[in-house]
Amino acid sequence: MSLLSEELRQKILAYVPRYPRKQAVTLPALHLVHDALRCVPRQAIEEIAELLDLHPAEVHDTMSFYGFFRDENNPLGQTRLWVCRSLACMLRGGEELLAYLSDKLGIAPGQTTADGKISLEFAECLGGCDGAPCVLVNDEHRMNVTLDRADQLLDELRR
Amino acid sequence: MAEYEPVLLRRVGKPNSQSIETYLADGGYGALTRAVTTLTPEQVVETIKASGLRGRGGAGFPTGLKWTFLPKNHPGPIYLCVNADESEPCTFNNRVLMEEDPHQVLEGTILAAYATRAWVAYIYLRYEYGRCFRTMQQAIQEAYAKGFLGRDILGRGFHLDVYLHRGAGAYICGEETGLIESLEGKRAWPRIKPPFPAVEGAFRKPTVVNNVETLACVTHIMDRGVEWFRSIGVPPDPRNPRDAGSYGPKLYNISGHVNRPGTVELPLGVTVRELVDKHGGGVWKGRKAKGCIPGGISMGLMTEAEFDTPLDFNGPSKVGCLGLGTGAVTVFDEQTSIADVLYNICRFFAHESCGQCTPCREGTGWMLKMADRIRRGQGRLEDLEILREIGNAIGIMPGTTICGLADGAGWPVKNAITKFRAEFEELIRRGVRREPLVGSGSH
Ligand SMILES: Cc1cc2nc3c(=O)[nH]c(=O)nc-3n(C[C@H](O)[C@H](O)[C@H](O)COP(=O)(O)O)c2cc1C
Ligand code: SF4
Ligand code: FES
Repeated sequence: MSLLSEELRQKILAYVPRYPRKQAVTLPALHLVHDALRCVPRQAIEEIAELLDLHPAEVHDTMSFYGFFRDENNPLGQTRLWVCRSLACMLRGGEELLAYLSDKLGIAPGQTTADGKISLEFAECLGGCDGAPCVLVNDEHRMNVTLDRADQLLDELRR
Repeated sequence: MAEYEPVLLRRVGKPNSQSIETYLADGGYGALTRAVTTLTPEQVVETIKASGLRGRGGAGFPTGLKWTFLPKNHPGPIYLCVNADESEPCTFNNRVLMEEDPHQVLEGTILAAYATRAWVAYIYLRYEYGRCFRTMQQAIQEAYAKGFLGRDILGRGFHLDVYLHRGAGAYICGEETGLIESLEGKRAWPRIKPPFPAVEGAFRKPTVVNNVETLACVTHIMDRGVEWFRSIGVPPDPRNPRDAGSYGPKLYNISGHVNRPGTVELPLGVTVRELVDKHGGGVWKGRKAKGCIPGGISMGLMTEAEFDTPLDFNGPSKVGCLGLGTGAVTVFDEQTSIADVLYNICRFFAHESCGQCTPCREGTGWMLKMADRIRRGQGRLEDLEILREIGNAIGIMPGTTICGLADGAGWPVKNAITKFRAEFEELIRRGVRREPLVGSGSH
């Protein structure tokens, strides 16, 4: 039984013609699987490797370098909330925001709430410094998330 | 002096600034059409060379010259990599360009591919820029539909495919050979150079890597001409034979303790003071500035007394900073502890070092530990000397590492210790203990 659906396999294979080598599809494949399954399980690594004529160790080597992909022991919740801790945000309350959200959600960065709704992360500069403190909801910036607007954001994400 | 009229940011904030119709109505793709129908690729390279355009990604390398490093009469393929990884802390001008006006970036990409005879362009985009991903994807589809991409562009036998390739949250993918390794599906470990990418780059083929803002400038140089570009900015310093000048407009980012953070387009050479006071609305809360980072954190630190420094390719080094960098200025006010600034910067580099070179991996880790104990009031005076020594010892300039991340990690440390020494010494003597914030993470 394969873990990756036929649809997912076809989506991965659709990237192959873009590159002269199949290995270049590693990151696109990891993103597709990660989005769909909320983690990249060991078996998925093997199946990606099979599709791309690689050894599973090569896929794992790349995957583990980025610290971005979760394995099956720590899957992502519905929403991934990244809070910037770099300089421009730190100067405008980014650290306090991360501490507040962590406290409110009762989880440390890297963890997911028990209801599976929110995974909290710290991030280095998100490139939204003109709206510091800045957070990323999945892959979209939210600007000027000051402490007084943090609860509103959480309410929205919990819905 | 007359107010400078923005060119790269001209359409930003206007309705439908992203769509190809708006772009075409504004004369967009005219430069491409003229170049492809009336100029040879070599003539485009010569034009860019003559303009004096220097890379906006941080290193300031002359763009036209870089293109001439490709082997002549190469049978292909040649690749173009658009560096849209923009992860230098406090930098966000590429985001503004791609989110708001993707076609001028795409037109520059197509022009660069025409000039370098590249068949495929990969836009390596940091994952966090989801909106950029969607606007660029839309722009690429529109350009294919109008015949500016694909087979036989403008009927002149020029073929080009452009693909977006999303990163996965690692700063080192912005370093050009780290980018290439990551594109190839491997860990983003920068390569030892030479060979430079122009000779052996992506998939072992000749490759040009250019920044998003650089390519947007290419569009406007081909549209408005060399004279226009050279009428903006700062000519070479006659006393410095190696200075190639600082021509053209630059997007400056302003953030931190200012009233109006944002992006402004100005001629290269504006001073920090003008940026902060005039364009950033001054320091917030009626306070004074203590200092700033002048071009991303890798370029080091400036004190308030140094704010009259012009931000061109030469200015920042005159006050001991590494260079212009990304032109991103982040101000910290007089109430900010310099120890907190230093700790934040050290934490970034310790987190982002790819770990390949021992001096960088260990050096950034030790610098972080020392910066941490200093900010907690547990530092020792000799820590300052050790920090400075490490800052001096790691990097490609001292010859101890593979890539420039380590130079960028060392520079703000050296600058902080030299320029703010008195504050550090006082902090160490006073020995105030403060608890670090929850959740700030140690890795
Ligand atoms: C650690 C490190 C990170 C970098 N990050 C970026 C980046 O995010 N974007 C960028 O354009 N250049 C970045 N650069 C510079 C690139 O290596 C390269 O010089 C640049 O993309 C060339 O394009 P340009 O000549 O158009 O500026 C980085 C360099 C280093 C050493
Ligand atoms: S200098 Fe640092 S980031 Fe660059 S290759 Fe070496 S270890 Fe990696
Ligand atoms: S420092 Fe937080 S988004 Fe740039």
